[in-house]
Amino acid sequence: MNTKVKEENGRELKVENQQMSGSSMLIQALAREKVDVIFGYPGGAILPTYDEIYRTGIRHILARHEQGAIHAAEGYARVSGKPGVCVVTSGPGATNVITGIADAMIDSLPLVVITGQVATSVIGTDAFQEADIIGVTMPITKHNFQVRNVNDLPNIIKESFHIATSGRPGPVLIDLPKDVSIAIGEFNYDEPLDLPGYQPTKIPNRLQIRKLAEAVAKAKKPVILTGAGILHAGGSEEVLEFAENQQIPVASTLLGLGAFPGDHEQFLGMGGMHGTYSANMALHEADLLINIGARFDDRLTGRLDAFAPYATIAHIDIDPAEIGKNVETHIPIVGDAKEAMRMLNEEAKTNCECGDWKETIKEWKAEYPLWYTEDDELLKPQRLIEMIYEETNGDAIITTDVGQHQMWSAQFYKFPKPNQWVTSGGLGTMGFGFPSAIGAQFAEPDKTVVAVVGDAGFQMTAQELSILQELNLPVKIIIVNNASLGMVRQWQQLFYEERYSNSLFPIQPDFVKLADAYNVKGWKIEDPAEMQDILKEALAYDGPVLLDCRVHKVENVYPMIAPGKGHHEMEGIKP
Amino acid sequence: MRKTIVATVNNTSGVMNRITGLFARRNFNIESITVGMTENPRVSRMTFVMNVDDQRGLDQVIKQLNKQVDVLKVRDLTDEAIVARELALIKVLSPPQQRGELTDLIQPFRASIIDVSRESITIQVTGDNDKVEALIDLVKPYGIKELARTGITAFKRDTKKGVIDSPKYSVIN
Ligand SMILES: Cc1ncc(C[n+]2csc(CCOP(=O)(O)OP(=O)(O)O)c2C)c(N)n1
Repeated sequence: MNTKVKEENGRELKVENQQMSGSSMLIQALAREKVDVIFGYPGGAILPTYDEIYRTGIRHILARHEQGAIHAAEGYARVSGKPGVCVVTSGPGATNVITGIADAMIDSLPLVVITGQVATSVIGTDAFQEADIIGVTMPITKHNFQVRNVNDLPNIIKESFHIATSGRPGPVLIDLPKDVSIAIGEFNYDEPLDLPGYQPTKIPNRLQIRKLAEAVAKAKKPVILTGAGILHAGGSEEVLEFAENQQIPVASTLLGLGAFPGDHEQFLGMGGMHGTYSANMALHEADLLINIGARFDDRLTGRLDAFAPYATIAHIDIDPAEIGKNVETHIPIVGDAKEAMRMLNEEAKTNCECGDWKETIKEWKAEYPLWYTEDDELLKPQRLIEMIYEETNGDAIITTDVGQHQMWSAQFYKFPKPNQWVTSGGLGTMGFGFPSAIGAQFAEPDKTVVAVVGDAGFQMTAQELSILQELNLPVKIIIVNNASLGMVRQWQQLFYEERYSNSLFPIQPDFVKLADAYNVKGWKIEDPAEMQDILKEALAYDGPVLLDCRVHKVENVYPMIAPGKGHHEMEGIKP
Repeated sequence: MRKTIVATVNNTSGVMNRITGLFARRNFNIESITVGMTENPRVSRMTFVMNVDDQRGLDQVIKQLNKQVDVLKVRDLTDEAIVARELALIKVLSPPQQRGELTDLIQPFRASIIDVSRESITIQVTGDNDKVEALIDLVKPYGIKELARTGITAFKRDTKKGVIDSPKYSVIN
């Protein structure tokens, strides 16, 4: 039986029970999974697949380093909610994507990564470009497969997409030996999934939801903590409804930004190491902490035994292993955040009486907002982020690298909507910011995508300027240039008596010339008075741009909870 | 706390690796692991004996195991009625004049001598952890040259509390 269905673009979408090669199956399966773009880089072991890519015309974006490809796939996944797909060769191609895989694992991003592998007959013999990528990625993938028989391939791909995108999302790797990609087998993509060991819980237990509703009714000082789980579940509206009905203040994790509107009066901002005073004090003083889809990461909690000392802890998470992992939980709720909040909105009838608490929080917000000293001569990085917020009307997709500029972006860009914020949270991967913006632009071709990067982190993946040049992709790169590894310099200043070991850049490349080499329009800005106008022009420009913004070099990120301290021990709050 | 945990897993290559890797990474303290096929050749059964500090630590172990796609089911059998056995091979120094004494000593354990050389004998014993420990203690004074233990493998009983388990060290070993 042969069934063929044509998609609008004429590509054959469905070719059932037909004999074909492994690489052909792969491309067919990607079409069945509605993959519209692949990020990758070819090489020996994956050549049969690249030949299929050539023949079918499936959209493939050639990065200039595999790390660029995988971060682009992550950015795409983060913004679109769809799995990012990355294809690379064996050995060095595969090892070059490890950082991105680990990054996607810890930040729960759905990826399907396909690595070429040497032929099955020589696996284990240290053949040319052989790396044990299954062994290497076992602890940093949600699951991985090595395909040993071409007839298993359709199922493996189907299972990979299912595992990557369901439950708590994460990266899945498929290791495809060259001989398997050439071998002929039968393509059948309609077999039902058979994964008895993988049954994520989506619908929470209503009794637990009731328990939480009762706790809400009794609470005098409740606070909500929003995590990225809400974004994955698409549960922002339900959270907003709950928070507004109950008049509960909301703090966010770094990755949760945008899950609750950043410009909402109940929003306290980000909590944790560089969080706001009001968010951290609310977490510290709360008698009920409702964690929705966050994993109580150490950058959020600070010293664990000082974390939320007076609170009943409720934790909604789709991953049961997160509950009780770091913080003892009194009301555990395993399930999808959207479902849980929908049920909670049904159950939570009585409103919490927390008038005094609201007053206290209002005072904290008014007395101790985020702050910085203004300067006429020097461009303040915080002001730069505020300008980006103003000039994009809060509507841009912002990606960042890792360091001070990342924290300032989290603090000063008030993300009003979900999936506008792309940052490497758990792994803190320098080099993530720029390529993830490329992926984000593919996910949202009509939106303004701004990559806010440090002068150091940008240099880790700057080669991807080639993609902008080649496709005239209108990503706006904004380098927050402090001529140093800013965050490292800050820690050395505060905790190593100003011994600036390997963190200052007295000599730097000319970033504008670098942009020019790739035919990307560049500006260098030193005078703060020029900043706004150039930013306007750059954002309005139809094409890629790079702004080298020379900011105050020794500015620090504040407020701060020093390592090993609790939320009530913040430093650098507004005097 | 000493805990006995049993997991059924897909019998695929690498599954052992996934699980030991997980234990190593999360710093779980494992005393023994046994693995073997079940009545269903696609499914293997693993038994772990481990030391955990508290209930939360144990919960984490079980949850992390459950998260593995190849893990079908995990049970903590510590407080259940179970049959648990391990096998130990003990090579003991034994000059010919002490052989009779040793043979008498191990007899109540239903242990057997499976190899004899001029200065040593190898004893095979099967039983639960306590029994194996007890025999090892008994023969220690003679001088243990080599010791190999398989680790516990365990089953939940169909009937409640073991009728067959007592009297100790006799009927079914
Ligand atoms: C791959 C990688 N290497 C090292 C680090 C450690 N690190 C964290 S922030 C930072 C400095 C980043 O400097 P820059 O990109 O200029 O950003 P800034 O902090 O100045 O805003 C470093 C080296 C990291 N996070 N990632």
